[in-house]
Amino acid sequence: MISMEEGGVMVFAEQEDGMVHPITYELLGKGRELAEKLGKDLSSVLLGYNIEKEALELIYHGADTVFLYDHPSLKDFDVIRYKQNIVSLLKEEKADIFLLGATPIGRSLGPRVAAAMETGLTADCIELDIDGADGSLVQIRPAFSGNIIARIKTRTKPQMATVRYKVMKRSHRDTMRKGRIVRREVKEVSETGIHLLKKEPLKGVDISEAEVIVSGGRGLRKPEDFKLLEELSRLLGGTVGSSRPLVDEGWIGREHQVGFSGNTVKPKVYIACGISGSPQHLFGMRDSEVIIAINKDPSAPIFKFSDYCIIGDLYEVLPALIREIKKSVGE
Amino acid sequence: MDEKGLHSIVLIKQVPDIEKVRFDHEKGRIDRSSAEATTNPFDLNALELAVQVKEKVGGIVTALSMGPPQAESTLRDALARGADRGILLTDQRFAGADTLATSYTLAIAIKKLGHFDLIVCGEKTVDGDTAQVGPEVAEHLGIPHVAYVSEVKNVTREGIIVNSRMGRSYYTFFLRFPGLITVTKDVNVPRLPTLRDMMKARRAQIPVWTSDDLVDIAQKERFGISGSPTQVVRVFTPSTEGRIGKVIQGDAENIAKELFIVLRQLGILG
Ligand SMILES: Cc1cc2nc3c(=O)[nH]c(=O)nc-3n(C[C@H](O)[C@H](O)[C@H](O)COP(=O)(O)OP(=O)(O)OC[C@H]3O[C@@H](n4cnc5c(N)ncnc54)[C@H](O)[C@@H]3O)c2cc1C
Ligand SMILES: Nc1ncnc2c1ncn2[C@@H]1O[C@H](COP(=O)(O)O)[C@@H](O)[C@H]1O
Repeated sequence: MISMEEGGVMVFAEQEDGMVHPITYELLGKGRELAEKLGKDLSSVLLGYNIEKEALELIYHGADTVFLYDHPSLKDFDVIRYKQNIVSLLKEEKADIFLLGATPIGRSLGPRVAAAMETGLTADCIELDIDGADGSLVQIRPAFSGNIIARIKTRTKPQMATVRYKVMKRSHRDTMRKGRIVRREVKEVSETGIHLLKKEPLKGVDISEAEVIVSGGRGLRKPEDFKLLEELSRLLGGTVGSSRPLVDEGWIGREHQVGFSGNTVKPKVYIACGISGSPQHLFGMRDSEVIIAINKDPSAPIFKFSDYCIIGDLYEVLPALIREIKKSVGE
Repeated sequence: MDEKGLHSIVLIKQVPDIEKVRFDHEKGRIDRSSAEATTNPFDLNALELAVQVKEKVGGIVTALSMGPPQAESTLRDALARGADRGILLTDQRFAGADTLATSYTLAIAIKKLGHFDLIVCGEKTVDGDTAQVGPEVAEHLGIPHVAYVSEVKNVTREGIIVNSRMGRSYYTFFLRFPGLITVTKDVNVPRLPTLRDMMKARRAQIPVWTSDDLVDIAQKERFGISGSPTQVVRVFTPSTEGRIGKVIQGDAENIAKELFIVLRQLGILG
């Protein structure tokens, strides 16, 4: 049912090469919940080229309305062109809430939209809710490199937030769901000052998508010892991660770094080997479903955040574990 | 850019030393007196980039910071690391600013500075930790920006060619001046200041601008707390609850056996 009420919740549908980023379906899941609490509509704005099919997906995932901007100039992310179209849409639709993914694209675009709308923007939220008393958006986010959690409200509209990937539940896909696709005229800008010269797929691993991560820290004595972690992660079908000091030492590439200045990950299982558990490291992995820590110091902070606290020497535990697994798979 | 080269502006914030700062877990408060103030580590990469640009094509680097009077020491540090001048924005009226008010105030100060080519920001701060101030400054000034810059390919009089990692791709952009970039830790290794430069920086004059210096081109109510639409209702420390916390210790073989069972139960052993 489409309500006649003004405003509502709007979600930015992030796409790259015509593929909608999965964060969008998480935003639609949460957006649906917020819209229902407000008794208003959930809409989504999609910009790109030849992407009508994806607009339908957004409806299947919960959007009542999709505002579609389909134009060659919007094929690749362009912060100025995206911003201009979104700002005029937000002004016309008077959205109460506007959500984006806390992805690099969302975190580049969100602040520009917020500044243009002269409204607040809460970064990297891990939870959102509606305050039952006044209908305002309650936004929860880590700050101080993950040392504290803040509860934030915004007194202007739209109330804007970027939301961390993989913390909200993805909305359920239902092909019976009905909604409308509204094609919008694209504001054309001839010169934005930004020219895309080249676009290349990322090289190396994308650790943020891994289901199992075996991470090493300063408990490792030399670069070659990463082989131990590689071996275990291979047996578990996972990816190798690292704390920052080893990346800074050049033992492993930056794409493997987990934490505040690296990647945020949320695997099914995170195995931290010889990592003390600094707030900056925890920032990137504390939402993992299950955390296993191997550390020889019983007072290591990481144990406070772990499901399985292995007090022992990684140089003894890992080889023994690898042997045990190999035995079972007959390697 | 004129004959004298490029004018780059680096936005620098003073923050508590995040590795030393203590948190009152009961009250969910930050004990700011527990740690010395230092320059936001990401901003050192921003400064290094601007100084390298100056070394390549000539010009000057201005370091601009908004903060309490003590933030002057951060600007002195910037001078020692190659900035040509520092300007401190400090006033009670600027206090309590969120990213919208902070970026507005910085943008007004930049307008007052007059001509510029490139603005460089850190990726984010270790305290505010939003990565928003840079792109918001660009919006207030109506100039283009590229965020998450991890490499500079080339600089000319007209603009800068940069790599940025976003989503599943590496993007190479040409950004026309005047423009703004925010940089990640990958972009360079900040240099250490020499003793001589530190001595020189200690004697330098650091102009202080207050809201009175900006009012002719600003709306005063957009500074500080009155210009900040977001409001922190409550702060708490992350809970460690919800974790099983099962301790496994003893002989490595036994640990391995127990861990093996755990992994099998988690369904990750195929
Ligand atoms: C702005 C900023 C950003 C940062 N960003 C990040 C980030 O993104 N990611 C990150 O990880 N860090 C980051 N850091 C660094 C962070 O503060 C810590 O310094 C770092 O996480 C510590 O790494 P570690 O746990 O590997 O090393 P340590 O703290 O030295 O811990 C090593 C651990 O290994 C254990 N150990 C030693 N030998 C063995 C053994 N044989 N068997 C088992 N255990 C053993 C020790 O008991 C110890 O607990 C950042 C810091 C700053 C200031
Ligand atoms: N008070 C400030 N003074 C100067 N620059 C700032 C200030 N706050 C933020 N910045 C700049 O904006 C970047 C992002 O900050 P933040 O949005 O707080 O994560 C920082 O790395 C600085 O370059």
